[in-house]
Amino acid sequence: MSLLGEDVMTEDGEFVINMGPQHPSTHGVLHLKVWLDGEIIKKVQPHLGYIHRSIEKMSENLSYRNFIFATSRMDYLSAHMNNEACALTVEKGLAVEVPARAKVIRTLMAELTRLSSHQLWWGCTGLDLGAVTPFFYAFREREAINGIMEETCGARLTQNYMVPGGVMFDLHPNFQARTKEVIKQIKDKFDEYDQLLTGNVIFEQRTKGVGYISKEDAVSWGCTGPMARASGVSCDIRKLFPYSAYDQVKFEEILDTGGDCYARYMVRMAEMKQSVSIIEQLIDTIPEGEFQAKTKAVIKLPKGEFYQRVETARGELGVYIVSDGAASPYRVKYRSPNFSNLSALPHMSKGAKIGDLVAIMATIDLVIPDVDR
Amino acid sequence: MFLKEYFSTVFKSIGSLLKGMRLTGYYFTHPKEIVTEQYPDNRATLKMADRFRGEVIMPHDELNEHRCTGCQACEIACPNGSIKIITQQELQPDGKKKKRIDTWVYHLDLCTMCNLCIEACPTTAIVMGQNFEHSVFDKKQLKKILNKPGSKLKDGVE
Ligand code: SF4
Ligand code: SF4
Repeated sequence: MSLLGEDVMTEDGEFVINMGPQHPSTHGVLHLKVWLDGEIIKKVQPHLGYIHRSIEKMSENLSYRNFIFATSRMDYLSAHMNNEACALTVEKGLAVEVPARAKVIRTLMAELTRLSSHQLWWGCTGLDLGAVTPFFYAFREREAINGIMEETCGARLTQNYMVPGGVMFDLHPNFQARTKEVIKQIKDKFDEYDQLLTGNVIFEQRTKGVGYISKEDAVSWGCTGPMARASGVSCDIRKLFPYSAYDQVKFEEILDTGGDCYARYMVRMAEMKQSVSIIEQLIDTIPEGEFQAKTKAVIKLPKGEFYQRVETARGELGVYIVSDGAASPYRVKYRSPNFSNLSALPHMSKGAKIGDLVAIMATIDLVIPDVDR
Repeated sequence: MFLKEYFSTVFKSIGSLLKGMRLTGYYFTHPKEIVTEQYPDNRATLKMADRFRGEVIMPHDELNEHRCTGCQACEIACPNGSIKIITQQELQPDGKKKKRIDTWVYHLDLCTMCNLCIEACPTTAIVMGQNFEHSVFDKKQLKKILNKPGSKLKDGVE
């Protein structure tokens, strides 16, 4: 009996099973090979590449205006931030100043995206741990945010709203009123989230003390985002290296020291509240003016290397462009948060029960297209 | 002592479960707060957002005239080659030959609705349509020709 060229049972009596690539709780086409001793996980090996679309290589043939759209399909739940990272890198190369209005719009959109991404994560975490109800409640609020996106950007998920120099269109006239209404609604619903999941005894027992990763390990595995912050690593790019309008707003970097699934859950729940507060600070003071700086029809970056990082909903996304002075990049490299976060999974799940693997994956909040790119 | 702790945990646990049940019960008895859209039953009243990107279309006016000059800016702007413009030289009334479009081929199956072609068009000849029901039985039907038969360039558009 052979599976992927190896025996199902190893010599020391460990049982090998394959989780995925079509498994509902891996949230995409991730394939985990798991070595089990009874119910205890001995080893996990992620197999990647099932949804590799070679976005980096593709970008080498596209102009600086065109290569941005593909990044919406990396971490599709943080499409805005991905687009923003690319646009910021190109702007750095061109040394253009983005109008103040565009900066605020970008920040607002990024925070709305973060909210909707965390809501989806909240629903999916419930689903993965056996509670179906949160999924529907999360989608209710997420739908309202998607409606705002659709109205202003024209698309719900893969918006492609950021262009080098600013944003593609101006805000929709309804944007301010509608966002305020939605934010008010969402604030009321945070209590419901807590009632459903946070205090629930089954949920707490399945997440507390599960999937522990220490601060040192989080740093050495390159974890970023809420995952690293739950282990006490201060790594919020919005705070440490402010871009767009993050230097104009007050917000807290949420840190926890638990390092387990529950800590990661609490960090994300608190981050949602911070996002709401950032939006509230900016929504009434959107400066008037241009929404796009003038750029040449054919953008050419000067010879050199450009790097910019942003904080997506899952961690730090870095965009690295090497230019040889032509109209398309010589090389593009994305440092995606999910890839590094996933690399810590084997370490975190060693010795855990097989059921906990699902909980650990849920709280890492993986988006597989971002791992493969 | 142990028993007391044991029972208090049990009661707390049941309490936390009931707390969640109360919320779901509330929504169960308040059907007005349900937000689900009854698609496709609501097709007649369904209105998409103004800027919704469903497909690329080329509006024609009542004289069957469009605004496309055949400059091919959209073809260059498209990141995945969804647009192919075939041009021809047309004899004008004043005896001069001018470039006009012959066929404006749009591959809906390749299009990612990124809006870059619309942004690139200098004469706003193309816009985003609101239709989103694109399923067909044969993939070939997704290759569309956007300029209508017999249509011509609107006067005064250069
Ligand atoms: S919307 Fe984007 S992908 Fe579609 S035809 Fe226009 S440029 Fe090409
Ligand atoms: S649609 Fe617009 S951009 Fe494309 S060829 Fe016609 S005029 Fe040029």
